Amino acid sequence: MIRPESEEELAGIVADATGPLSIQGGGTRGFAENARGERLTTAGITGITLYEPGALTLVARAGTPVDEIRERLAKDNQRLPFEPMDHRALLGTEGEPTIGGVLAANISGPRRVMVGAARDYALGLRFVDGRGTVIRNGGRVMKNVTGYDLVKLLSGSYGTLGILTEVSLKVLPKVAASATIVLNGLSDEQAVAAMAAALGSPFEVSGASHDPATGETHLRLEGFEESVRYRSERLAELLRPFAPPQIEASPEAVTKLWAAIRDVTTFAGKDGDVWRLSVKPSDAPVLVARAGAKQAHYDWGGGLVWLRTDAGADLRASLGPFAGNATLIRASAETRARLGIFQPEPAPLAGLSAGLRAQFDPRGILNPGMMG
Amino acid sequence: MEMPKPNPEILSKKAGIVSRLQGALHDGAVIHEEAETRAYECDALSAYRCPPLCAVLPSSTEEVSAVLKICHEEGVPVVPRGSGTSLAGGALPTADAVILGVARLNAVLETDYPNRFIRVQTGRTNLSVTGAVETDGFFYAPDPSSQLACAIAGNIAMNSGGAHCLKYGVTTNNLLGVTMVLMDGTVVEVGGAHMDAGGLDLLGVICGSEGQLGVVTEATLRILPKPEGARPVLIGYDSNEVAGECVSDIIKAGVLPVAIEFMDRPCIEATEAFAKAGYPMCEALLIIEVEGSPAEIDEQLALIKEIARRHNPVELREAQDADEAARIWLGRKSAFGAMGQINDYMCLDGTIPVSELPYVLRRIGEMSKEYGLGVGNVFHAGDGNMHPLILYNANKPGDLELCEAFGADILKLCVEVGGCLTGEHGVGIEKRDLMTVQFSPDDLEAQMQVKDVFDPEWLLNPAKVFPLASSEARRAATGEAA
Repeated sequence: MIRPESEEELAGIVADATGPLSIQGGGTRGFAENARGERLTTAGITGITLYEPGALTLVARAGTPVDEIRERLAKDNQRLPFEPMDHRALLGTEGEPTIGGVLAANISGPRRVMVGAARDYALGLRFVDGRGTVIRNGGRVMKNVTGYDLVKLLSGSYGTLGILTEVSLKVLPKVAASATIVLNGLSDEQAVAAMAAALGSPFEVSGASHDPATGETHLRLEGFEESVRYRSERLAELLRPFAPPQIEASPEAVTKLWAAIRDVTTFAGKDGDVWRLSVKPSDAPVLVARAGAKQAHYDWGGGLVWLRTDAGADLRASLGPFAGNATLIRASAETRARLGIFQPEPAPLAGLSAGLRAQFDPRGILNPGMMG
Repeated sequence: MEMPKPNPEILSKKAGIVSRLQGALHDGAVIHEEAETRAYECDALSAYRCPPLCAVLPSSTEEVSAVLKICHEEGVPVVPRGSGTSLAGGALPTADAVILGVARLNAVLETDYPNRFIRVQTGRTNLSVTGAVETDGFFYAPDPSSQLACAIAGNIAMNSGGAHCLKYGVTTNNLLGVTMVLMDGTVVEVGGAHMDAGGLDLLGVICGSEGQLGVVTEATLRILPKPEGARPVLIGYDSNEVAGECVSDIIKAGVLPVAIEFMDRPCIEATEAFAKAGYPMCEALLIIEVEGSPAEIDEQLALIKEIARRHNPVELREAQDADEAARIWLGRKSAFGAMGQINDYMCLDGTIPVSELPYVLRRIGEMSKEYGLGVGNVFHAGDGNMHPLILYNANKPGDLELCEAFGADILKLCVEVGGCLTGEHGVGIEKRDLMTVQFSPDDLEAQMQVKDVFDPEWLLNPAKVFPLASSEARRAATGEAA
């Protein structure tokens, strides 16, 4: 494992590389398994380099552990708004998730439905491209349209366009209170309809999830104490036609529940492959029925669906054409190689993506095989 | 402002190009008489003008594709145009360029409340997107001040912001998908009604690419449920530093207002004379707005007022009713108009880290004396997006150049303290030659190589965003080919 300690050292390694590199942060998400090449980690390039609570801005080197950032933010009563998922339970991996890994894979949690994804909070970044050139884009300010937004392009590029060395993030205040509204016994269709009603209300729902196994639908509210109480009551009234609502307001219970939803722990330790679907929420129940999976879980009001299928089954073939995409998150190396991690793109888009990879990494040494 | 010399070969074959375009479009969709092309000679950066070769107004994605295919074959540069409200010269043509206006593409294609999106053609104006959904309790969040006129196409090209983006983000955070036509006529669909588009984030780099990667003809936009209500509070301070500290303390306390607007004394005086909003005469004025139910608003405003009082305000006024709320916003909303009454002005939009606010305002004041040009500041304080308005006299020889030099110095200052050249207006031609202040040659090369993929011949809006010297080799290659 190559483990540079600085951006400069990393740039030298890439410039001098004679073969492909398989790039990872903390290695907890298992993505590096999909690329050919010598393993390289950014986990040695660490440190929070700037934090200004009054400007809601934090800058950290790519290898900085997510937990270190969370703890630092918590001291000033702030947090990462996009609530990145921790993959360790689901994938059975060990190690320390890094902020670079979170951005490289654009990892977001349940709050994404209200506040946006990891990429929406990335203000700037530095990266080393496939030639070993250090490139900077964006900055540390919230509004910036100076030049092309390579920050977005690199977020979710899984190291195929460049290796992130530093990220600049917008952070938000922590909330004083939160509550979960629970509905019982809804079918998938009813649950998605209930979640749509909640998300379409003015009550600022920051999480909407449904577990078909238990028949429980969960809606989360966050904010100042009085406000959460008020909105809980109003939202409960709104949802009463679907099922009798219960309000859970114990802080420990709310935190625990949404951490479990975020990390899809109901799938942890169970056999089969795990897929992640990004779809139009109202399409979700039909697709879930068509998938014939062993287990399903809805997040983002139905916009994100987790599926646990028979090992080796080709979910994309079962679903047929649909608007959205299916990503293979957990499977054997053979299945991953056979089915591909990412949904194949239509020809013109695939051409643009391949063109971009060729520009940023002309030698094709950054995570080859990962995205195409 | 230097623009590339028009290609004489294109000028000489104008009749043939016009005729091919007319063959592909409806009657009246090709504007080529000299008197009529003048309507497309500039955008809101009206100091720079040049009539285009011709202008086309296609009515469908297919027609846009046909136009681009013809221009691609003929090697003619194309300048996409929304409503022409760019303050950065984003839609400024050259004499050898075809203006592609999307004004006739203005339909709502689909409204979907359960999935909270609207799909529109991009010639539709920003405000009319909200107009299409507001009776059902929804709105489209990005709200640039030109929202009555500006088109979604231009919003996407410039990644437009607005006063409320501290809470709701800018265009890129509210854009789910696009239908885009590449320069060679290929139509691509990126994203859609689902939240994560999959593959590389092409949508993310298309948004804010200033019409250089493709012509976006349709957009899927996120719509949000309207809050139950909103209420502003007005706070006056006798120093910019203290107002800046107050903003920082409010944010640190965990309140996230939808808007925090800041005006300095020259701006307050001008707007008061113009709009008579009843503002206090002080050094710095904050307008802070929060949203929610009446009880929620009370809770948030109580905290804001408590923090504000700690800094000894000279004025603290909470809107008691809709009338008073409107009066509080009146001055802010008429600030640009008020400054325009006094003088010609140039509006900049550099962003700075909010902690640098007092220093930057002091330096701007000093430079104002050095240049002998007045400047008023009104800006989005929560996110550090400044709007210095430099006053000059367009009829006085040399004043525009002096004003531009002053503006460039302010933008360099923004970059120096850790900020950027433009927060929401875009680079266009206006800030093009300052890009090297913010970016290294490698940084710019990385951006230009994105354009190489989408538009290898560099025909789409070619003389914008990048310093002419940086993009010259790429543009020249095409000129020769054509």
